[in-house]
Amino acid sequence: MNENILDKQEQSNSSRMIKKGIAAGFPIMVGYLPIALTYGVLAKQSGMTLTELTLMSVMVFAGASQFMGANMIALGAGAAEIIIATFVLNFRHFVMSLSFMNRLRGMELKWKAPLSLGLTDETFAVSALHTEEANKDKGALFYTALILTAYLSWVIGSFLGGVLGDIIPEKLSQSMGIALYAMFIGLLVPSVKKEFKLGLIALVAMLINALCIQLGMSTGWAIVAGTIIGGMSGIYLLKEEVK
Amino acid sequence: MILFIIVGMCIVTMIPRLLPAFIVDKLQFKDWVNRWLNAIPFAALGALIFPGILSVRPDQPHIGLIGGLVAIGLAYIGLNVILVVAGAIATVFLFTL
Repeated sequence: MNENILDKQEQSNSSRMIKKGIAAGFPIMVGYLPIALTYGVLAKQSGMTLTELTLMSVMVFAGASQFMGANMIALGAGAAEIIIATFVLNFRHFVMSLSFMNRLRGMELKWKAPLSLGLTDETFAVSALHTEEANKDKGALFYTALILTAYLSWVIGSFLGGVLGDIIPEKLSQSMGIALYAMFIGLLVPSVKKEFKLGLIALVAMLINALCIQLGMSTGWAIVAGTIIGGMSGIYLLKEEVK
Repeated sequence: MILFIIVGMCIVTMIPRLLPAFIVDKLQFKDWVNRWLNAIPFAALGALIFPGILSVRPDQPHIGLIGGLVAIGLAYIGLNVILVVAGAIATVFLFTL
C-alpha cells in the first residue's frame, strides 16, 4: 500500500520533469523547424537522397556543419576536407559539453553520456540556463525531454524539407534566419537583467569573436576562441558569487 | 561515398561532445576553473549572437542588427522566448517587403 503511494509519487514527479523539459525545448523546436526544412531542401538540391540527408540529421545533429557538408558535397569536395571542416566547426561543443557535464557531476554516466551526444548550441544554451534541475530528483528526465524535443524536430524537419521541397516562400524563410539569434538573445537578456556581469562576459566573447574573424580565423575557431577567452573573464567577474 | 562522409562527420562531432562526460568524473576542478566553466554559457551565447547576426541578410547587415535590437527590447520587457523569436522574425520580414 505504502509502496504503491510512493510509486505513484515517483511517477508524477517523472512526468512533471518530462513536461517541463518539453516546454523548455519548445522554443528550440520553433527555431529549428524552418532551418531544418531549409537544410532538407538544400541537401536535396545538392544531390543527396532523402535517406542520406535524413541520416545526416540523425547521426550528426549539428545544423551549421550539415549546411556546410551539403554545400561541399554539391561542390564536389573530398571526404577528408568535409570531415576536417566539420571537426573544426563543431569543436566548440567540447567546451560547451565540459561546462554542462561539470554541472551534471552528480548524475550517472548512463544519463550523462547520451545527454552529451545531444548537445548543440541551442540545447546547450537552454540546458545551461536551467541549472537547478541538475540536482533535482529525476532531473535527467528534464534534460532528456528537452534534447529529444529539439532532436526530433530537427530530424523530422529535415525529412520534410527533403520531401516537400521549397514550400516556404523565400522572403519568409529568409526572415526566419533570425530565429535562433533571437532565441539566444531571449535567453541571455533575462540573465543579464538579474546579473549585469553576465552581460559583460557575453560582450567580451562577442568582441573576441569579431576580432578573430577580422584576423581571418574560420567561424568555428573564432567561436571557440570567443567562448574560451570570454569565459575567462568570468574567473574574475564571478568571484564574489557564492556557488 | 556520401555515406562515408556522413559517418565521418558523425564521429568527429560525437567525440568532442562525449569526451567531457567521461573526464569530469576523473577530475576535481579548482574554484577558478569552476567559475570559468560556469561563465561558458554566457560567453557562448555572446559568441553565437555576434557577429553572426549581421549575416541574417548578408547584403544588408543592418537588418540583422535591427532584428536583434527588437529581440533585446522584447526580452527586456519580460516576454517569453517564443514571442521574442516571433517578434524578431516579423521585424526582419517587414524589412524585406
